[in-house]
Amino acid sequence: MLIGESLAVSAVLFSIGVAGVLVRRNAIVVFMCVELMLNAVNLSFVALSQLHGMSGQIMVFFVMTVAAAEAAVGLAIILAIYRHTQSVDLKSINLLKG
Amino acid sequence: MARYAWLTILLPLLGAVINGALALRRPEARRLVSLVGPGVLLAAFAVAIGVFLDVRHAEAPIRVMLWQWMPVTDGLQVDFALQLDRLSTVMLLVVTGVGALIHLFSLGYMRADKGYARYFAYLNLFVAFMLVLVLGASLPVSFIGWEGVGLCSYLLIGFWFEVDANSDAGKKAFLANRIGDFGVLVAMFVLWWSVGTLDYEALARQAPAMLPYAGTTATVIVLLPSLGFTDKRAPTALYTWLPDAMAGPTPVSALIHAATMVTAGVFLVIRTGVLFALAPVAMEVVAITGALTAFFAATIALKQNDIKKVLAYSTVSQLGYMFLAVGAGAWTAGLFHLVTHAFFKALLFLGAGSVIHAMHHALHEAHRHDDAQDMRNMGGLRRAMPWTFALMLIATLAIAGIPPLAGFFSKDEILASAFVRGEANPVFLAAWGLGLAAALMTAYYMARLMAMTFLGRFRGPEAAEPHLHEAPAIMTGPLAVLGVLTVVGGALNLPAFAGGSHALEHWLEPVLAPANALLDPLHLPHGLTEWLLVGGAVLVAVTGLVLGFTGTTRREIPTPDRAPPETGFGRILAGKYFVDEFYHRVIIAPVVWLSRTVLWRGIDAFLIDRMGVGGSARLAQGLGWLGSRLQNGQVALYVTLFTVGAVLILRALVGG
Repeated sequence: MLIGESLAVSAVLFSIGVAGVLVRRNAIVVFMCVELMLNAVNLSFVALSQLHGMSGQIMVFFVMTVAAAEAAVGLAIILAIYRHTQSVDLKSINLLKG
Repeated sequence: MARYAWLTILLPLLGAVINGALALRRPEARRLVSLVGPGVLLAAFAVAIGVFLDVRHAEAPIRVMLWQWMPVTDGLQVDFALQLDRLSTVMLLVVTGVGALIHLFSLGYMRADKGYARYFAYLNLFVAFMLVLVLGASLPVSFIGWEGVGLCSYLLIGFWFEVDANSDAGKKAFLANRIGDFGVLVAMFVLWWSVGTLDYEALARQAPAMLPYAGTTATVIVLLPSLGFTDKRAPTALYTWLPDAMAGPTPVSALIHAATMVTAGVFLVIRTGVLFALAPVAMEVVAITGALTAFFAATIALKQNDIKKVLAYSTVSQLGYMFLAVGAGAWTAGLFHLVTHAFFKALLFLGAGSVIHAMHHALHEAHRHDDAQDMRNMGGLRRAMPWTFALMLIATLAIAGIPPLAGFFSKDEILASAFVRGEANPVFLAAWGLGLAAALMTAYYMARLMAMTFLGRFRGPEAAEPHLHEAPAIMTGPLAVLGVLTVVGGALNLPAFAGGSHALEHWLEPVLAPANALLDPLHLPHGLTEWLLVGGAVLVAVTGLVLGFTGTTRREIPTPDRAPPETGFGRILAGKYFVDEFYHRVIIAPVVWLSRTVLWRGIDAFLIDRMGVGGSARLAQGLGWLGSRLQNGQVALYVTLFTVGAVLILRALVGG
């Protein structure tokens, strides 16, 4: 039932997400990469629930809920920053520094 | 009156407090200072006479207990007590008597000085401490006085502290004295540990039983304070501070550095005579260092041109005689010479003071800045200062050893004692020879001093000559009294051949009995030997005087600015054997180098300040800088670090 393949896809998706977060400068893209990582994790949950019972699938619902809330808050923050600086470039958002 | 002996200490102390207060608040109240300063001394002298009359009839030493000082245990009980016996009474009379004369002289000498009140405060304080030293019934009490006179000596040497050289001389005296104090302290500890008491009386009673004769303990105890007495007695090793101490006002030199303080060592040796008698080796050491000191200091005095320096080295030399005497077990002769020396050396110093006073005044009137103490600038002062000349001449004859003046009898007795001891022990014979040679030189340099100062023509600036004048009566008066004492002082202990009965010897017998019991009896020679010794001593003195007078008057003496540099051996003598230079090279320079280069620049400035204090600050700063570089506000960096960290943790958790 394709557990190995599913996990491989999940790992690839997660890695793409991480790479995106690390290298991209646009806040929206970084945000989307974070979503990608979440969904990669969801995929691995679903795949593994075939071995360990339903709890993995239930966990996916929680993740989705939190991701929805996070998307609402995160997008609102990005919007607020854009209003303030006319930019969503992470390089220019560096007011908090030592 | 003996019960009130503490008054002799309290009175000068009171004077010091009053004068000190005046110096701080009302320095212009000179009349009050003039009254209080010498007044307390005269009062103390009166009390001293009363004490003397009491002690004369007392069988045993009178102990005046003032208060319990250190009631530590049953073993160590130190009381603040005074011991009045025949020895301390002699010293009491000398210190207060000569002290009073010097105070009176100072009225004239210091009249124009702006530190008038301060001067008398110090001088009073000195006398108070000196009396504590002399009257103390135990070593710790005497030690208070010992330290106190060291302090006052420092204050008075550096009296004109505006000049760097003077305050340096004060510091030098203080430091040299400290080295010796250390020896005295250690000796006291050893003494308490081995005998269990520090009281003079108890020591004299118990020490012979508790310390083995000629044992190591006794020798160590005695040689340690000898190191201590070294400084105040100022023999060979540490004597260099004494001539520098002449930086103070001249009456101070007379009081501290001739009559009283420097002889404190001799006094304490006699006081603790029992301990010395227990250590024959130490006696030999004391005698031979004394003789060497007498000899070498006399050679240095031959070439000095500063009138006070000549007298300073003469004092060192005479101290050598006193130590030769006590080293030979001739305690009485030592004390006898101490007393007569106090008379004639105080007279010489005060006379020199009055000469310097006159020279200073004359040079001042002539608007010249020549050295008022350099004898090469003097000459012919006899005409202007007949009184000073006559009195100093008496003192010169006395110190040279011309009968029947005081110095003749005391010096002769010392030499005779050394000679007698020489029969059993060649060390003392050598000491006798050195002493005799020193006597020849003493006569020579004193004659030279007199000739350069008073005879011939005036070599100073011509404009100054008319302004030379005799000192005022307040200065010549004390000189005259000292002159009389110098003439009759020998009567104190007149030997049999001069019709006397060794009065001082008998007077001191009860005090010295415990120490004498341990020594071979000292039988001074009689008959032919005695006359030969006396005749030899007088011959030596006369030869020295004649050589000194003729040698100086026949020659043209160049003034300091035209004097050719000394050459050959004379240069070594004029340079005082370069002992100061030697100390400077071998001790002071390395210490300064160590302090400056290693301790200051190396350890303090570099290691502690730069590395320790500055280093830790810089370390914290550097770490903080590193931390702050991480906090650069770039989310990308944070995420990267977070990711790397997460991967590392994951790797660690999974293992392998």
